[in-house]
Amino acid sequence: MPEQTIKVNYSGAVNAALQRVLAEVPETLLYGEDVAKPGGVHGVTRGLWKEFGDRVFDTPISESAILGSAVGAAMMGRRPIVEIMWADFFLVALDQMINQAANVRYVSQGKLTAPFVVRTQQGNSPGACAQHSQNLEALFLHTPGLRVAMPSSPQDAYDIMVSAVHCDDPVIVFDNRTLYFGQKQEIVTGRPPAPIGGSVLRRSGQAATVVTWGAMTHRVLEAADQLAAQGTFVAVIETPWLNPFDTDTVIESVERTGGRLAVVHEANTTAGFGAEVITRVAEAGVLRGRPARIGVPDARMPAAPALASALIPDTGRIIEGLARLTADR
Amino acid sequence: MADLRAMWRIRAFEEKTQALCGTGDIRGSVHLCIGQEAGPVGACGVLEGSDALFATYRGHGWAIARGTPLRPLMAELLGRSTGVNGGRGGSAYLSAPEYGFHGENSIVGAGAPIAVGAALAGRYDGTHRIALTVFGDGAMNQGSVHEAMNFAAATCLPVLFICENNRWSELTPIKDAVGSDILADRPRALGMTAVRIDGNDPDLVRRTIGDLAAAARTGGGPAFVELATQRLVGHYVGDPQQYRTREELAADREQEPIARAVRELTAAGVAAEEITAVEKNAREEVEQAAQAALADPLADSDSAREHVYA
Ligand SMILES: Cc1ncc(C[n+]2csc(CCOP(=O)(O)OP(=O)(O)O)c2C)c(N)n1
Repeated sequence: MPEQTIKVNYSGAVNAALQRVLAEVPETLLYGEDVAKPGGVHGVTRGLWKEFGDRVFDTPISESAILGSAVGAAMMGRRPIVEIMWADFFLVALDQMINQAANVRYVSQGKLTAPFVVRTQQGNSPGACAQHSQNLEALFLHTPGLRVAMPSSPQDAYDIMVSAVHCDDPVIVFDNRTLYFGQKQEIVTGRPPAPIGGSVLRRSGQAATVVTWGAMTHRVLEAADQLAAQGTFVAVIETPWLNPFDTDTVIESVERTGGRLAVVHEANTTAGFGAEVITRVAEAGVLRGRPARIGVPDARMPAAPALASALIPDTGRIIEGLARLTADR
Repeated sequence: MADLRAMWRIRAFEEKTQALCGTGDIRGSVHLCIGQEAGPVGACGVLEGSDALFATYRGHGWAIARGTPLRPLMAELLGRSTGVNGGRGGSAYLSAPEYGFHGENSIVGAGAPIAVGAALAGRYDGTHRIALTVFGDGAMNQGSVHEAMNFAAATCLPVLFICENNRWSELTPIKDAVGSDILADRPRALGMTAVRIDGNDPDLVRRTIGDLAAAARTGGGPAFVELATQRLVGHYVGDPQQYRTREELAADREQEPIARAVRELTAAGVAAEEITAVEKNAREEVEQAAQAALADPLADSDSAREHVYA
């Protein structure tokens, strides 16, 4: 696979990664609702059916069968990449993820494995209803046996998809719908697949460590920029891989930033993965003062944009939270 | 004439909704039922006040046919505090139980088991209500719909499963998603009456569902009705429909219930002015409702955390 630089938006990056793995891994299959002939409801899988023929196909609206068949085909040596059109639709078929996929390797002592990838997208966009806007990563992070990633940039979207397909365990890659049609950026394709895991230091600073993932990364960086303009520099660590999670890097950074830690995510605060991150840092004994946990307060997601924007953390709320944290010495 | 009037109210509402999406007043995903108006108009005619109705995201027509006033319905789509759910539901997940409309659902097939429960409750609360659940052809492939149909059949509950077959499940034709496209064979195999009828004829819909409802009310158990129909617009507002041919759309426009009712009324000698007045009146009523709703205040962001718990 020669290295190449291409200019794509986020959805183009996912498309390029899928194109690559379909070409380089003959065991791959790509299927889901509307993914083949129509090219996906967001156009992410456009052109792949034309290029790869019957390894790319449309399915009935049957999420249990989509996920269950991926488990079975993976057990027999295929590498299915399946799409759950909205993360909310996972919920009609959770059995296949949590009781089935997550158990295959463990219960068979590794004699059976289920290496497949679920592509899905989540998050709120204006006017999405309560059943089309949830952020569900914590459900899957509560389930050992599943790998979970949530990229926020075209380069990571590309690299993570390639790594996920080469991973020997079930991997869920959550996109955020609002990122699909962002700015085109240059990305490097064709590099050897990286091992899964790791984090990215998006900004350095001494005042506090902010950990975030997914689309929130962009809001956190905006908030960090504004704080920097006022003379407060926070370190921003993006953790596009949530399982495996780069706990060590986070702990080291918190140590360097006076024990101050904030976690920002779009998911509900209660029992969100932010709580886990804070607990791990607390257990490491490096936390000082009161950590900040910024997410959606415990409510359902209303359709009216005026209501939803009162719930989802925006730059202002993030700045407020961080300002309190850095003042708290 | 009454059916044409009822169908025009729905179509005018949907067309206004489409326009308000275009101006950005309505945000988010909106699924119109343009072309499918005969089903709700025919079916709701046989429902009683205590009966329950569960629709999908393509449910504006069902809400209207059930009697929900247009202004709070439009206000809901516009995210106003005066909407039927104060903006929480939106286009794809709204409800108006005070009018016997127990809600849309944005999860394909999810309404079917809930409707079974509504009928179950009626067995104990003395209403013996009928529950009607509406879903598309694509929803036939959901486990929840199969489970619901069998549960209702096994327990002989008065549930009417209404499948609006518009031949498309989002961007994929139903024929590509089934091994046999005789959908009614499935409920029939589960032990219930199952028919496929012309879903563009409101009177036929009324009579068919009326008979099955009467049977269900007297212990006859559930039934399944497939309404053969078509959507004249995209799956959602903004869907460019590249997957459909011009010929198909032209044929659908021939079949659609309003054009057809107009042809029939004209053939029966009804004056053209009388027929055009129906459209005009419907558009005026919708326009008034929309203007009133547009003048209403947006949902109050301070209330965003209310109603999570009792
Ligand atoms: C469980 C679930 N899977 C997928 C979707 C995405 N989706 C929404 S509508 C739709 C097509 C449904 O087609 P059909 O049942 O025929 O109804 P129609 O939209 O034609 O009225 C799909 C796949 C969903 N909302 N819920």
